[in-house]
Amino acid sequence: MKLHTRLASVPYLLWVVVFTIIPLLLIIVFAFTGTDGGFTIENISAVGRYTDVIMKSIWLAAIATGVSLFLGYPLAYIISRHSARQQNVSLMLIMLPMWMSFLLRTFAWMTLLEKTGVINRLLGLAGLGPFELINTSGAVVLGMVYNYLPFMILPLHSVMVKIDASVIEAAQDLGASPLRVFFKVVLPLSMPGISSGITMVFVPAVSTFIISRMLGGGSNLMIGDLIDMQFLGNAYNPHLGSAISLVLMVIILLCMSIMNQFDDDVDVEGVLR
Amino acid sequence: MKRKSSALSRIYTAVIMAFLYMPILVLIVLSFNQNKSRGAWTGFTFDWYRKLFTNRLILGAFVNTMIVALVSSVAATLIGTAAALGIHTMNKWMKKAVRMLTYIPIMSPEIIMGVSLMLLFVFVRTELGVPLELGLLTLILSHITFNIPYVIFNVLPKLRQMDSYAYDAALDLGCNPWQAFYKVILPEIMPGITAGFLMAVTYSLDDFVISYFTAGPTSQTLPLAIWGQLRRRVSPEMNALSTIIFVVVLVLLLVSNLSSMRRERRGRKAVRL
Repeated sequence: MKLHTRLASVPYLLWVVVFTIIPLLLIIVFAFTGTDGGFTIENISAVGRYTDVIMKSIWLAAIATGVSLFLGYPLAYIISRHSARQQNVSLMLIMLPMWMSFLLRTFAWMTLLEKTGVINRLLGLAGLGPFELINTSGAVVLGMVYNYLPFMILPLHSVMVKIDASVIEAAQDLGASPLRVFFKVVLPLSMPGISSGITMVFVPAVSTFIISRMLGGGSNLMIGDLIDMQFLGNAYNPHLGSAISLVLMVIILLCMSIMNQFDDDVDVEGVLR
Repeated sequence: MKRKSSALSRIYTAVIMAFLYMPILVLIVLSFNQNKSRGAWTGFTFDWYRKLFTNRLILGAFVNTMIVALVSSVAATLIGTAAALGIHTMNKWMKKAVRMLTYIPIMSPEIIMGVSLMLLFVFVRTELGVPLELGLLTLILSHITFNIPYVIFNVLPKLRQMDSYAYDAALDLGCNPWQAFYKVILPEIMPGITAGFLMAVTYSLDDFVISYFTAGPTSQTLPLAIWGQLRRRVSPEMNALSTIIFVVVLVLLLVSNLSSMRRERRGRKAVRL
């Protein structure tokens, strides 16, 4: 009987092989073959030409992740100390903007940051500007923080609600200063949330091409833009595109394995809720 | 323990919320602005809404989006639920392996998923000679691929919570396996199936990146149409569209939250009785 039920997962397993495993293997195959189909490492070495773009992507994504952590950590903590009902309301408020299309949220920032946009108009009323706000790397980081901040807050919050308030009180009763309570009790206990928050912000940030295209102008290319250009742009070359994708995958796997050092069990199911 | 939140933490929460909502509010206000260039307010109008509903491109894309979301979510729910049933009966080792596989589409960046699926479809057409053009079908196949994991991870916990003897008991009492499944297991896991289905629908409606690489030039979904419009110029109709989407989501969330709150209250009353 048990064996019978187990067969129910066969369609899914076939699906995973055809639509997940084989496509990922195809990236590797394409990355190591030329247009004639023969083996070559030319594509991989050609990626070296884009080192500055790759470094810049990692740099911008890292800054955005840092800012998100810096902004999100206090908020997650504040929310986690509220009553259950208040927590639900706050979390819903944080998730609500995520329900709007990612494109439209980024588009909203275009409206705000443009040269004739809302912020410059308001500054103009005060006799300032106009400033070059859009098409800067700062705008790209801002767009990343705006779009991915909830991904930082949610895992942080889900770890922090589990911190028993009496543990914090105990530390206070035993004479620890607020700073000491934070560094010795709250911070270590929220480490798993920090590491999964970092992964959940850094991975989409480093691989985006929408934010850099919409807010970064032409001068702030990211890895995602390179990949897009090779597959759907003028520079059509899926072999080089696959090689760049492979590099991106390696960067992300590195990030994840570093973050896993702090957190032996990433609770994806909890984060999805 | 309940502590009154200090003024500082309340201010901080308000600032972050303002950051999250300000761009959306600006979009909503500008959707009623007569002036086409966004900075200045020149008067109230419904024109952009009217134009939106006569924009054939947008309406066609909307129909495509609904078709893709519904077909892919139903298929993903069927395959995913069957898979969860199978995974549930596997031994620990196999379970772990399949779960790892299921994490791949969730954890890997969308651009990698999109590019790898595009490579698969191109490969199938050019190397295997199957006449599979990029279009509605490839879109649906791709959406099923990233939707299945959400169904599996919603159904599996329900199976785990279920009393494992209930099924055997039903068999002992004379049910055939199908009846036992239909009358005992299915009602137990139904909330998980529904949640997974709804999650699949929302992810499918909202997806841009994977659709971008797998849609081809002829079959646009709403996010793709939005992207097309935004790339050329910023059109106020997009403000109107964002506003509609935001309001619809807000109403849906409020309704579902209110009903779950009422259910909770009823549940609490029942416990007290």
